[in-house]
This record gives sequence, C-alpha cells and structure tokens, in this order.
Amino acid sequence: MQISNIESIPGQQIVAHFGLVSGNTVRAKHVGKDIAAGLKNIVGGELKGYTELLEDARKEAVNRMVQQAQSLGANAIVNVRFSTSAVTQGAAELYVYGTAVQVQPGGGAAVPAIPVPPAIG
Amino acid sequence: MDDSTAELIGVLIIYLFPIFIAIMAMFIGRYLEQRHFRSIRDRETATNHYPAVPTSTWDPEASVLDSRLVTSSVVVSLDHFKRILANFRNIFGGNVRSYESLLDRGKREAILRLKEQAPDCHIIVNLRIVTSNIASVHDRRNTMGGVEVLAFGTAVKYAVSYDTRSAT
Repeated sequence: MQISNIESIPGQQIVAHFGLVSGNTVRAKHVGKDIAAGLKNIVGGELKGYTELLEDARKEAVNRMVQQAQSLGANAIVNVRFSTSAVTQGAAELYVYGTAVQVQPGGGAAVPAIPVPPAIG
Repeated sequence: MDDSTAELIGVLIIYLFPIFIAIMAMFIGRYLEQRHFRSIRDRETATNHYPAVPTSTWDPEASVLDSRLVTSSVVVSLDHFKRILANFRNIFGGNVRSYESLLDRGKREAILRLKEQAPDCHIIVNLRIVTSNIASVHDRRNTMGGVEVLAFGTAVKYAVSYDTRSAT
C-alpha cells in the first residue's frame, strides 16, 4: 500500500477512485505513564511516554485506514490528513483519512530507466 | 525546641516548598531547554542538504523511484516555573514568550525527526505541521499540560542517477 499526502503518488498514474477511507483510535494514557509525565512536567521538555503513546495510536489508526482501503481493492491512498483531539480528560482521539485509489506505473514522472533520467516537459 | 519554633518551621516548609520546587524547576528547565536547542541547531546544520517544503512539487527534472508518507510527533511541556510566568502573563496580556519558545522547539524537533524517518529520500514535500493540546497533566486548572506537535509529509526518493548528477 502506497500512501502519500499529496494529490498523487509520484511516478504513478491514478486509474480508479474508491472514495474516502478513514481510521480512528481513541486512546487513554495509563496511570504509570501519567505519573512519570507529571514528574517530567515539573522540569519541562519532551514527555516521551506521551509521544510513544500517540505514535502507537496513530500507527493503529493508519492500519485501520489501510485495511479499509484494501477491502475496497485499492492499492494506494492519497491526500492523507491527520487530526488529533482531546475528547475527554486523559483520552485523545486520533483520526486519519484519505482517498483510496488504484495506481499503476506511468504518467507523471515514470519509473526511470537507470542510469539516464528522462527529461520531462 | 519549643512549640512555636516547631510551628514556625512547619509553616516555612509548607510555604517555602512550592517556591523551592519552582526555583529548582527554573534552573533545571532552563538547562534542559538550552541543551535541546543546541542539539536542534546541530542536527539542523547536519540535515541542511535535505529540504522539507510545504509545497507539493519536486524537482521536475529528476525521475522518482519511490515515495512514502512519513509522520513524526513530539509532545513537549513547559517547566513549572515558566508555567507560573505564563499564568501571570494571562492577567496582563501580550506575547507569552515561554510558549513561543516551547512551540518553536517542538516544531523544529518534529521536522528533524521527520527527516530521520526517511534518510534514504531526497526531499520531503507537502510538509504539514499540526499542533494540538492534549489533555492536561495533573493540575486541572492549567490549560496546557503537554502540547503535541505532529509533522507529516511525503518523502520522495529520486532515481540513483540524481546523486551522481548533482555531484558533478
């Protein structure tokens, strides 16, 4: 599955559209990490526990989006956007959405014939 | 030690302890922030040749071998002392310097991590930076416990010949 946040996959041509696909997770932080983050909060700086938590949650949201796209028969997702919001005290929602498409090599900047890159335009 | 002295010491401990914590947080926080900024500057110089741009176009002359979505995030928070200062700032209004520098280092760190995610690529296009205030830690009155900075973009890898061509 190829994913990009621009309107196309570089070097590929979009041949079919499958519409919007999305994935979300709502994660709560656990008490141990909360206490550690609370202590770190006194001196400031990066709260590593929270960074990891959000990274994991975001990966899971992306996985769900990819599964949805696969079930539609797509092989790429373009124009991906992320959003995070704090829904309640101590829980964050991560939402990721994009357009599922089918791509094939060609169009735009094609897969190159190494070693000489073709001049485009 | 009579009763009144003990009481005095007790009162002093109760009232001086928060001040002691704030002063300690000020020194440690300042040291950590300076160290972080130093590391950010060093890594920015090291990755100068690797651009991350908010436009969605890349070198039209080069042919693309691979591309993928990259994301990175960092959660940063203020130290206790600066949070107190920021609360005072709320009374009079104006620029809140401590949050400015906090968000600055959060964003620069997130972009650097983005580049570290795709060391084999040549450029990151369509760079987007999103900031969100995740639920506050501990003290419920405070507006911000941690600020999450998320950076994402599409890393583009040019054909092998790109390196040799730009070298000549």
